[in-house]
Amino acid sequence: MAMPHDVPTAAQLIESVREWLEKDVLTSTTGRVQFHSRVAINVLAMVERELAVGGQQALDHAARLAVLGMKDDAELATAIRNGDLDDRFNEVVELVRASVLDKLAVANPSYALPTLND
Amino acid sequence: MGEEALESPLPCRKRRWVREHRGVTATVSPLEQLSEALRTELGAKAVTDLSRLSGGASRETWSFKADDRPLILQRQRKGDIRDMSVEARVVQAAFDAGVPVPELIANGSGDIGLAFMILSHVEGETIARKILRDDQFADARTKLVAQSAHALAALHSIDASTITGLPSIDQVQQYRESLDNLNEALGQAHPTFELAFRWLERNRPTSTRTALVHGDFRLGNLMVGSDGLRAVLDWELAHIGDPIEDLGWLCVRAWRFGASQPVAGLGDYDTLISEYEKASGLKVDREVVRWWEVLGTLKWGIMCMIQTSSHVLGMSRSHELAAIGRRVCENEYDLFVALDGKW
Repeated sequence: MAMPHDVPTAAQLIESVREWLEKDVLTSTTGRVQFHSRVAINVLAMVERELAVGGQQALDHAARLAVLGMKDDAELATAIRNGDLDDRFNEVVELVRASVLDKLAVANPSYALPTLND
Repeated sequence: MGEEALESPLPCRKRRWVREHRGVTATVSPLEQLSEALRTELGAKAVTDLSRLSGGASRETWSFKADDRPLILQRQRKGDIRDMSVEARVVQAAFDAGVPVPELIANGSGDIGLAFMILSHVEGETIARKILRDDQFADARTKLVAQSAHALAALHSIDASTITGLPSIDQVQQYRESLDNLNEALGQAHPTFELAFRWLERNRPTSTRTALVHGDFRLGNLMVGSDGLRAVLDWELAHIGDPIEDLGWLCVRAWRFGASQPVAGLGDYDTLISEYEKASGLKVDREVVRWWEVLGTLKWGIMCMIQTSSHVLGMSRSHELAAIGRRVCENEYDLFVALDGKW
């Protein structure tokens, strides 16, 4: 719980809206509105996952950037573009790949293939 | 629905002419105006069953019957940067080369639209998920990869210099500029896309073969029947380029629509390449197909950014468009899959 706020937490509030969409809205709509309800459910589930693991992911991401001596993604992107990291290319690939897997774990965990999931 | 969109194309002079010609004093509806313009263009006795199938801001597709013959109208409106008359020349050339395409019945500009094409109606299904899953397409699914390869080989045999107005653009440069603009507008950087651009630069194919390229050859743009491929549709992105672009695009994961097979969700790389080689008599380098698949995956990721930017920047507020921004990492993931062991 984030002080000074009361129960429910932000995650629990979002969960309650997602459950309402699933139980009531999805079953009483059709066509376009039902499709957009489904999208809304997915969006809220994504935010719930981010609230659960986002803090740790941010720390992990910062640690990966530090390995490469970069302060943020913008600096890393520029260094890759300019070829400054060409001699560490495979190391950069592995670190960026780890970040992408973190993003996917929040955005759409079922998308990753089993073989490239670790 | 759709009639409100018909307000502008016919000049006042024409509306008056239609009224006088038909001897009516009441306002003629836009639908009737279009129907009459089609009847005049085709020299038909009657145009019936005119209905709009789809349409964005700049182009529309309609179905109708002219003296009971089912036809399709595609027309362009103001604001479309592409020129449909080029597309009409491409469709005709593809037809002449034996590519399965709808027959071009008429094209031009004027009362029907800023530019228009009238095409024969081809019966079938375009919805990818149905083609990939419904029982009635089980037989078609076993044939589609080979049929696609053969259609592409025929298409790539066309002498592109005979078609005027075809664009020829360096796509790496084009999408590099798009990404730079998006990064600036959205305030984000994409290390994965930079890695992909770096890889594309360092591994650019040396092949110099150029041909007429379809530019969007995939399920969704193919008319499919129970017997397989019936017609290749949607030629508006046709251009001059490396023909292997069409093969690579067909392998982009987004165009597998959730199915597991790499080529359009239907078959494997070897089948696509060997059938294409057989039909074209030309050797295909698997690594060049990969290069275009990587560029295609990157392009699709940037297109997703474009979609989400229209929400984030306020042009079109929608939670659906917002959510697409978080699907960009799916494309990033696909790049890592396509380049696994190849960096």
